[in-house]
This record gives sequence, structure tokens and C-alpha cells, in this order.
Amino acid sequence: MSQQKRARHRKRFLTFGAIPLSIFLAVLVYPFVQGFFLTFTNWNGFKFTKLSGFDNYIKSFKDPAFWTTLGFTLKFVLVSLILVNAVAFGLALLVTAKLKSSNIFRTFFFVPNLIGGVVLGVIWQFIFNTALVSIAGKFNLPFFNDSWLNDTNKAFWALIIVTVWQSSGYMMIIYITGLISIEQDLLEAAKVDGASPIRMLYSIKMPLMAQSFTIALFLTMRGGFMAYDVNLALTGGGPYRTTELISMHIFQEAFAFGHFGTGQAQAVLMFFMVAIAALLQVIVSKRMEVQQ
Amino acid sequence: MKIQRSVGRKIIFCIGLFASLLYVAPFFLVLLDSFKPKYDILANPLGWPTQFTLDNFQQAMQKMNFFRSLVNSIVITLFSVSILIILSSMLAYYLARTKNRFTKTTFLILVASMIVPFQALMIPFMSIFAQFVSLNNRIALIFFYQGFGVALSTFLYHGFISKIPSEIDEAASVDGANDFTIFWRIIFPMLRPITATVAIVNSLWIWNDFLLPRLVLTRETQTLPLSTYLFYGQYSTQYGQAMAGLVLAVIPIIAFFLFLQKQFISGLSSGAVK
Repeated sequence: MSQQKRARHRKRFLTFGAIPLSIFLAVLVYPFVQGFFLTFTNWNGFKFTKLSGFDNYIKSFKDPAFWTTLGFTLKFVLVSLILVNAVAFGLALLVTAKLKSSNIFRTFFFVPNLIGGVVLGVIWQFIFNTALVSIAGKFNLPFFNDSWLNDTNKAFWALIIVTVWQSSGYMMIIYITGLISIEQDLLEAAKVDGASPIRMLYSIKMPLMAQSFTIALFLTMRGGFMAYDVNLALTGGGPYRTTELISMHIFQEAFAFGHFGTGQAQAVLMFFMVAIAALLQVIVSKRMEVQQ
Repeated sequence: MKIQRSVGRKIIFCIGLFASLLYVAPFFLVLLDSFKPKYDILANPLGWPTQFTLDNFQQAMQKMNFFRSLVNSIVITLFSVSILIILSSMLAYYLARTKNRFTKTTFLILVASMIVPFQALMIPFMSIFAQFVSLNNRIALIFFYQGFGVALSTFLYHGFISKIPSEIDEAASVDGANDFTIFWRIIFPMLRPITATVAIVNSLWIWNDFLLPRLVLTRETQTLPLSTYLFYGQYSTQYGQAMAGLVLAVIPIIAFFLFLQKQFISGLSSGAVK
């Protein structure tokens, strides 16, 4: 590289890249790397005096509450992944069915997505704790007599309902983009060949929009692991910390109980779960895309 | 055949109508109950108000410091998003136009960083920046949003800039313009569609963000989601006021959305697919 070109590159870096990259390093990269390192020490939130090997990880795995959270989180991620995407894909098909009212429907389905998880969680807390219970009392519906949020199992489904309601609208937009990018000629040709609508959906539309599925599945998976707002506002982790998703568990561990070392160890584990799930997904979807 | 089709359409329409009602029902319920006095909500949470009252709104507005939180939310979102647009478009321009090992690696690291959940670094993050936060928490928050938002925004810009032929830059360069002028005078105006996407995606995120502001902000500087949450926690048994508070929390973003609906949907779909 010539001297002049190098000087020009350096100048470009200083003009365009230096500021955003230093902020990125300071805010994201540095705490992330440091967080890794700190899990192997006896860090107390301010300082550490010695290395402690895998102590923080061992302590985490010996804690039954962590296992409860882990199981609950994995179940939540899996069920919300399936339901959010099934509903979102259904809505996308419905909205692209060329009805006159498609645009209004689309708006309605999308609106919950505009609003933050805390506000949504609080709205549904009112519905489950007050509205439904009061209706149950009036019309004698034993199913809602006691608030769903007082029972771990029902509270799980309450979380799922709110999550599906909140994120299906956004995933629907992704699927709509995939659906309308399919060339009409292909669909016409299939129709002439006598393909049924369901056959067309399975054999033509879905494979051709594999990319939309990859994106939507990744976003819901990541969203499931990161879910905090709805969890906090809807169940608050209760009853008795049985509905705590991993985000809330980490938050409590560190900022409520002051267990910074184990909290951070669990945060690192959470990162690995997301990374592995993302990697698996990339592998699977690459294979699907090759098959076409 | 034709009759069959129109019947199919009617069925699809009915499903759509039913699903739409399901999606807006919770908001409708909250809106309805926000005009009722407490005993009316408990007696019939789903019915039409037997007597309309605006009392709830007045109380809620005062107790949740509605206008102060609204202004905080607007200021924080506006500044964060504007700075993010400036910084990430410039970074993307640098990474897209200067091809060497350093820029390629940097771009890969930025993309990879998008799978890191905030929770994975939240604890050390707070201990590192505690002092900075105590200095001025609003400025700190805006600064943090640059660090957490720069990867996705740069990625979006990068895809768009790569499609602009570099002959344009070269022509301007021959005419004697320097890189800075070329970017702001020629390239940046061409980025308008992707800037709209970047603005919408980030505004939605920052406006609704809860965890980071909860860790960083104080009572005086809290944003709308924070004050809604605190208010609801304190007054959840004052059902009418709590509902009015929720209506107030929801109105600004819905109004903004209805105003810019087309840009929202197209911006979000192009933002998601890239």
C-alpha cells in the first residue's frame, strides 16, 4: 500500500469510524469481555481479590431456583417460538388474501407491537386479576374464578398469550414481505397445473420464503431468552418466584440479592444458550436453502 | 366456482374480523374502564360506563408526572436516534468504501455483536459506568444507546451504501471535494429511505425500552414506561386511575404510528429482512 493511500485511510478512519467504534468498544465489547473474566473471580460488584475457577458456575448449578428458571425459560422459548410464528404466519396469509379490509386488519394486528412490554403486561395483569375474575363471578365460570396469575401453570400460559399477542404482529410483517416477494408467474403456473391452495403453500410459497422463516424464528428465539418486561409487569416472577424467566432471575440475583458473581455466571450461560441456538438455526436454515 | 370463492372470502373475512377484535379488545377494555369510577369497574368491567368521568385522567396525569415523563421520553428518543443516525451512517460509509482487513473484521464483529443480549453484560456494565451515570443520567443513557444501537444501524446502512456505485464518490473527489463533504453533500441525501428505516426501528426500541432506563434513570428523569410501571404499582387498586394512566401511556406512540403508518410498515419490513 502506498504511503499516500495509507494516510488517506487513516484520515477516513478518524473522520468516520473512530467515534462510533470507540463508543461501541466502551459500551458493549469491554463490559462483555470483562463480564466473562469476572465470573472466574470472587468479584463482589466492586472489586475482586482472587481467582476462583469455576466456583460461580458450580454454585449456580447447585441452586435449585436456577434450574427452575432454566426449565421455565426453555419451555417458554420453545412454546412462544412455535405459537408466535404459527399465528404470525396465519395472519400474514389472511392479510395477503386480497380482502378489501386487509389494511385495517394489518394495522390492528400490528398495534400491540408498538407498545412496550411493561405497559402490555400491566394491561393484561388487570385483565387476568380483575376483569376476568369479576366476569367469572358474575357468570359462574370456574375456569377464571381464581386469577390465572396465582397459579404457576396458568401463569405460564398467561405469559404465552401476552407474548403471542405482542410479537405476532411484527413477525407477520416479516412473513408478508416474504409472501409478496414470490413471483406471481410461478403461482399462476402452479395453478394451471392444478395445484391445490394447500399444496401451493407447502411446495412453493413456504420454500421460497425460507429466509423470512429464518429471520422470524431467530428474532422470536432471541426475544424469548431476553423477555423481561412482560414477565416483570405481568407475573413479577410470582407466585413464589416460580415464573421467573432467566433475564429476571439474573436481575434479581445481582441487583436484589447482591450475588454479582453467580448472577454474571448465569448471564454468561444465557449468552451461550442464545449463541448455540442461533448457530443451530443457521445450520438448519442453510440446509433448507440448499435443498431448493 | 365463483360462488365457492366468494364464500371462501367471506369466511376469511370473518376470521380476520374476529382476530382483529381479539387484538384490539384489551385496549378497548382499558379505554372503556378509564372513564368509569372505581365501583363501576368492579361491578361491570366490560360494560359501557354508567357515568362518564374524566377525574381518572386528571388524577393519573398528576400522579404519574405525565408531562415530565413525556418530555423525558421525547428528548431521550430524539437525541439518541439523531446521533445514532449520524454516527452509524458515517461508520457504514467508512466500512463500505474502505476495503481492507481492518474494516472487514470490524464489520464482522459488529454483525456478531447483534446476538449478544444486554443481560449478558448488564452487571459489569453497571459497575463500570456507575460514576458516569451519577454525573448526568440522561446524557449517559443517550451515550449508551449509541453503543447498543450502532451495530444494527450500521448494518442497515452498510447494505444500502454498498449498492451506491462508488463512481459517484470518485467523480466528486476529482472535482476537489474531500471525503467529509462527499458524504454529507452527496451520499447522505441518497440514504433517505434507509434513514427512515433506521429512525423508526430505533425510535420504537428506545421509546419502549425499560430495563436500561430502569437501571440508569432516577425519578426526575424517568421516561414514560418507567413512570407508568411505578404508577401502576402504587395505584393498581385505584382501577380507574390506573386505566387512565395506561391510556395516557399508549396514546403518544399510537398517534405517532397512525400519523406515519405507511413509513412504519415499509420501514420495519425492510429493516427486518436485511
